[in-house]
Amino acid sequence: MADLAIEAGRGRGSSAPRSRPRRVALTRVLPLVPAVALLLLFLAGPIVYSLYGSLTNTALTGYKAANPDFIGLDNYANLFSSPEFWKSVWLTVLFVGASAVIGQNVLGMLLALLMRSSVRPLRSIVGGLVVTAWVLPEIVAAFALYAFFSTDGTLNSMLGWIGLDGTTWLITFPMFAVIMANIWRGTAFSMMVYNAALSEVPPEITEAAEIDGAGTVQRFFRITLPMIRRSISTNLMLTTLQTLGVFTLIWVMTGGGPGTASSTLPVLAYQQAFKFSQVGYGTAIATVTLAVGAIFSIVYIKALKPEVD
Amino acid sequence: MRLKAAVAASGVLALATLTACSGGDGGADGDSASGASTVTVAYQKTTAFHQLDDMLQVAKTQFEDANPDVTIELQPIEAEQDQYFTKLALMNGSPETAPDVIYEDTFQIRSDAAAGYLLPIDDYLADWEDWDQFFENAKQAGLGDDGKTYGVSMGTDTRGIYFNKTIFEQAGLPTDWQPESWDDILDAARTVKEKVPDVIPLNIYAGKAAGEATTMQGFEMLLYGTEDTLYDTDSSKWVLGSEGFTDSLGFLDTVYGEGLAPSLDIALDAAVGNRVSTELLPQGKLAMAVDGSWMPGGWISGENAWPEWEQTMGMAKMPTQDGGGPGFTSMSGGWTLAVGAHAEDPQAAFDFITTALNKENTFKYDTENSQIAVRKDVAEDPEYIAYNPSFEFFSALVDVTHFRPATPDYSQISSNIQVAAEAMATQQQSPEDAAAAYDAAVTGIVGDDNTTD
Repeated sequence: MADLAIEAGRGRGSSAPRSRPRRVALTRVLPLVPAVALLLLFLAGPIVYSLYGSLTNTALTGYKAANPDFIGLDNYANLFSSPEFWKSVWLTVLFVGASAVIGQNVLGMLLALLMRSSVRPLRSIVGGLVVTAWVLPEIVAAFALYAFFSTDGTLNSMLGWIGLDGTTWLITFPMFAVIMANIWRGTAFSMMVYNAALSEVPPEITEAAEIDGAGTVQRFFRITLPMIRRSISTNLMLTTLQTLGVFTLIWVMTGGGPGTASSTLPVLAYQQAFKFSQVGYGTAIATVTLAVGAIFSIVYIKALKPEVD
Repeated sequence: MRLKAAVAASGVLALATLTACSGGDGGADGDSASGASTVTVAYQKTTAFHQLDDMLQVAKTQFEDANPDVTIELQPIEAEQDQYFTKLALMNGSPETAPDVIYEDTFQIRSDAAAGYLLPIDDYLADWEDWDQFFENAKQAGLGDDGKTYGVSMGTDTRGIYFNKTIFEQAGLPTDWQPESWDDILDAARTVKEKVPDVIPLNIYAGKAAGEATTMQGFEMLLYGTEDTLYDTDSSKWVLGSEGFTDSLGFLDTVYGEGLAPSLDIALDAAVGNRVSTELLPQGKLAMAVDGSWMPGGWISGENAWPEWEQTMGMAKMPTQDGGGPGFTSMSGGWTLAVGAHAEDPQAAFDFITTALNKENTFKYDTENSQIAVRKDVAEDPEYIAYNPSFEFFSALVDVTHFRPATPDYSQISSNIQVAAEAMATQQQSPEDAAAAYDAAVTGIVGDDNTTD
């Protein structure tokens, strides 16, 4: 997850120095050499290694742990013909779409807008509460949410107070539970990004639009959104890539179950590698996840063209 | 000038990075370079399973007193069994982290020996006079595929059905209950569900998270009571598509489908075994549990002590499917202490095992953890037999017990049995579909040549 985010950041930044004159470029680039070397070693290295690993039948234990064979693309062939994998792809898309693209983004924007128009103490309190969820380490947040959704957890107790019967949320609606959990956890990030972006929108333009007779809704969609388009695309990309790699939250809450009902790609990769001991096969799934992340990044960059203005 | 500065800066950076890296290495090597050696011991510890930790603490003191130049470093891994195996495999992945002495399940020995994680200890055993005290089948349990010995048995176990006599009385069932077939178990469970609706009638493990408990205490207790088996020892082939396999899944399907089992939030939890022994049974929330002979160990002493278990709990043998064959069945496993392949001082590591598993410490462990002794001198000790009233019952099951297939592939195949069992618990697949998925997975692991219909 972090790898992807850093990768993406690097990709976006690298086009900047290209426009500068050549002689300056050389002296500017030299100090970057150690950094680039480290990135190649610690970022590109593992990616290449995982590509190689996915072409072997390495196992966690047994003969194949000591002497793995090179088996070409067999892992990928098995993967693409496995219904479990396609189910997992669908769950991943659902998870990313519902919790990151829709949930965190829309809710974050909504919170940012509401907070701009609210009074100060309320703004600080709400902001503080939302950011708390973001500040919590993932494992702590995951346990808190497990306690919230579990059968004798907070949610069911609260439903009991108003006379409603709870349900086994993590068993009956596992995807709903983990999606809500991820929205809860990640909204603060979008909120902060949009808060910053909204404060950069010059008030004169909004006022001019207001004088021209644009309503609140029109002002938002015609003026504000286009002006913060770059922040939106950056935020979409970051939240998507972060959510694509979410493992701890799901693992702690549902363990990918019941059955495979909440096994997204990272959970499936972990299960294959460490539960079924098929490290090579698990690595193939991880590599596919990496590719999915790369595709998402390209789509966002192309679709929203953040650099062109 | 600017260029020079830049080069200098990058040089400094690179140097800093290098020294940071080598600093870490130096620290790690420091321990081994000095004269005294350290033996690391990796083992499992949970709130319900503290007996091994207790025994190893004692052994550590004894060993360090006798060998002042060796330090025993205990590394308890606080995890449920499934995660314990994963963590252990990862530790074994690098010589830097590999432990010297490993608490190793007998079913993992062949695969871990094949993976090169374990050290053959035949040469050391030859000089250990106590080795003659071990029963032949316990010696067999420590063998690898190559016929060499890799582990010293700590004890063995059998499995049966625990039932709560108080609940049985309320349901109008006999307190000396002994089912003769699977249907008898289902009938009793249905009676409990009807007469005592607020307790869970029967626990039989069926979740992936429970790991080997689901395979062994759950599925295999059923399968080995049918006319079929998992692995044909004569031809060394895995049996696929058997009727017994589908029937066993069918039993789980019925138990979970009719609501005779714990709800899924309990059944699919990794800590389900812990909850059964420390919560559900002692609090009278569960009427019957198919489980292992070690359970009373946690009730006799420790923080989950439950002295009333002797009056409350009854024990019944697990019947075969329709009472055929010997009428009853059981499964046996057991754990060993093994020496890691990367041990820097294998002799010291092995010597620690001989201390930990001498008569006195084996007695302590086997009694406190309710193990069936595999050392003659412990098994015949009248104090051992008198220690725990369940010993007689569970030792008698040795006559009808079965062992898991001893092959390096077993642990991977066991995981696929758990997938099939969980599909029954969640009702996501029919027994036939789950069996077919299992067949495909096994073929994928061992290849067509190693399976038979």
